[in-house]
Amino acid sequence: MDPALTPVLQAAGEAHHLATSIEGYVYPNEQNLLWSVLIVVYPYITGLVAGAFIMASLVRVFNVKALTPVYRLALLTALAFLVCAPLPLLFHLGHPERSYQVMITPHTSSPMAMFGFVYAWYMMAVLLLELWCEYRHDLVVWSERERGLKGALYRVITLGVRDISPAALHLDERLSKIITVIGIPSAFLLHGYVGFIFGSIKANPWWGNVLMPVIFIFSAMASGMALCVVLYKELCWFRRKAVDDACLDEMGKFLFYALLVDFTVEGLDWLHRLYAAEESISVLKQLAEGRLFNTLLVIQLCLGTLLPLLALGATQILPGRIPVWFRQRIYYNSAFLILVGVLAMRWNVVIGGQLFSKSLRGFATFKMGLAGQEGWLLSVGLIFLPFVVLGVLVWLFLPEPPSGPEAKETVAAPVAN
Amino acid sequence: MNHVISRRRMLGALGSALGWIASQPVAHAAKAAVQNLLASSHAPKGYDPTKHKWLMCIDVDRCIGCGLCVDACKAENHVPEASSFFRTWIERYIIKTPEPGGNEVRGEVLVDSPNGGRNGFPPSTVPREEILKSFFVPKLCNLCEHSPCAQACPVGATFDSPDGAVLVDSNYCIGCGFCIQACPYGCRFLNPETKTAEKCSLCYHRITRGLRPACVEVCPTQARIFGDLKNPVENDPVQEFVRKNKVFTLKPHLGTEPRVLYANIDKEVR
Repeated sequence: MDPALTPVLQAAGEAHHLATSIEGYVYPNEQNLLWSVLIVVYPYITGLVAGAFIMASLVRVFNVKALTPVYRLALLTALAFLVCAPLPLLFHLGHPERSYQVMITPHTSSPMAMFGFVYAWYMMAVLLLELWCEYRHDLVVWSERERGLKGALYRVITLGVRDISPAALHLDERLSKIITVIGIPSAFLLHGYVGFIFGSIKANPWWGNVLMPVIFIFSAMASGMALCVVLYKELCWFRRKAVDDACLDEMGKFLFYALLVDFTVEGLDWLHRLYAAEESISVLKQLAEGRLFNTLLVIQLCLGTLLPLLALGATQILPGRIPVWFRQRIYYNSAFLILVGVLAMRWNVVIGGQLFSKSLRGFATFKMGLAGQEGWLLSVGLIFLPFVVLGVLVWLFLPEPPSGPEAKETVAAPVAN
Repeated sequence: MNHVISRRRMLGALGSALGWIASQPVAHAAKAAVQNLLASSHAPKGYDPTKHKWLMCIDVDRCIGCGLCVDACKAENHVPEASSFFRTWIERYIIKTPEPGGNEVRGEVLVDSPNGGRNGFPPSTVPREEILKSFFVPKLCNLCEHSPCAQACPVGATFDSPDGAVLVDSNYCIGCGFCIQACPYGCRFLNPETKTAEKCSLCYHRITRGLRPACVEVCPTQARIFGDLKNPVENDPVQEFVRKNKVFTLKPHLGTEPRVLYANIDKEVR
């Protein structure tokens, strides 16, 4: 074969592939989707961070005592997911080796340029500081008790501050509360900012929406709280400990309200879109009824929102009539459905926003590979990586309280027991 | 309470305002100088971007959809061969006649751009009597005055040159794709070889040396008119184009203020 013909044949083959996956007219440069599943994973993980932190803040700031058993678990969950949050972003870049430029020459008009600063602020000024204040007393105790590498690690993390007098602990307590108060708007900022990345794109009518940051914040709260419910139940099961019913009831209550607000805001978004009926409404309706039918209407709306809303709503309206064991199942299963639903929501935003052309005249198709930079395997790996990190953190910082007389000496630590 | 504004304060405020106004040209010149020094734009030494303001006009009635401009652009700028990467392309609009006795004044709108129009267009499958009208629309970077792509770039690799061109420094681009999402006109793509964002640069390496963009050079019908607002020539074609035609821009509601001006486009063109 004439080698000169090879690129022509390749182009023809690609043209055939594109022709079969395109419906209507899309701009030529839009035929291949640019942002793939890694960008779905990124806001999902960040949302879980924000939601888990809000769950923890309910104890510290709003004094919801019933949630104390899950306080530390929620904070560690936020940390484990925050550590992994930049990875999908990094992997998706065309030039990851240049990513440091976002920090050294940030373009101040770009919301994406703020990522490094928002992330660093949240990580350093909020989460790590709060965890340090919360754990300082225990770290001192553990560093004296533990030997070897683990003991050395605890000693390093104390940063040399070994004062555990009542006055010092009181100061820790106060500091921790102040940090959490700062942490709540910071958590909103972290995830509201992710929503703003999409909401600020006026070129895309599916994204360019003032409600987008708000939707992201509340869906983040719902997903983060749901994750705490699932993790708490799983940890209790793993450690063969009884679940604290009051704690789970309280988590179920806050999960219900977070989901209710999320549903209301997203409903308002659709109501506004349908009522305003701007130029793009026709293509967006076709998108929802066609290419996004399964992920938007079936998974996100019915399975991920309405079903858990009804189930959790029943536990709020008829608390006395539903036996405890059944309530617990409702909380767990609803939380699981919410986690799936919010993942579907991220998919619908990121992938859905690229399935239709900005010419508003056609649709593209998304086909995801198994391996490779934008494949299933990497994304699934990135979703599960935070759980591995969390496992290590739980092993290090959420030890099972020893039973017997020794237990009295240990801190009255709010752990999942 | 004393609300009297002293003369000293008033003078101070006035002085500050005047100082701010006076500093603007200096600030702009400094910005241009820094860009000139740091950004790789393929312009020759000595080219001063502050002394030009480029713009492009498209006379849709003149375009015959031959695709020479697309082909020339691909060759001139080493655009990837595949049929999903274009710095410029041509769209064919076919507006069908409405159903007789119906409510519509015009029928279904069909748009296509096979291989970006690079090889011309095959005959339409719509029977001739069913076509109300048909025309070709060349597309390229819209040279937005308020370019959403430059606004979105997290590292400033995409920037507004003072001469009106919106450029990408491929040595600095991190390949995040945010600018591609931000462009309302679908003019950008991620080059699969360099893994950086790419777009029409108005053939910056040519126009900064006194040449015209490749697409303008090869257009057999002069459907593309290129000019410099700061250096009008005698019987300037841009001025004539604006004077003779009703001029439109694409997606004006987005407030991007494009400097690619279209004449004779229909309301269906997006």
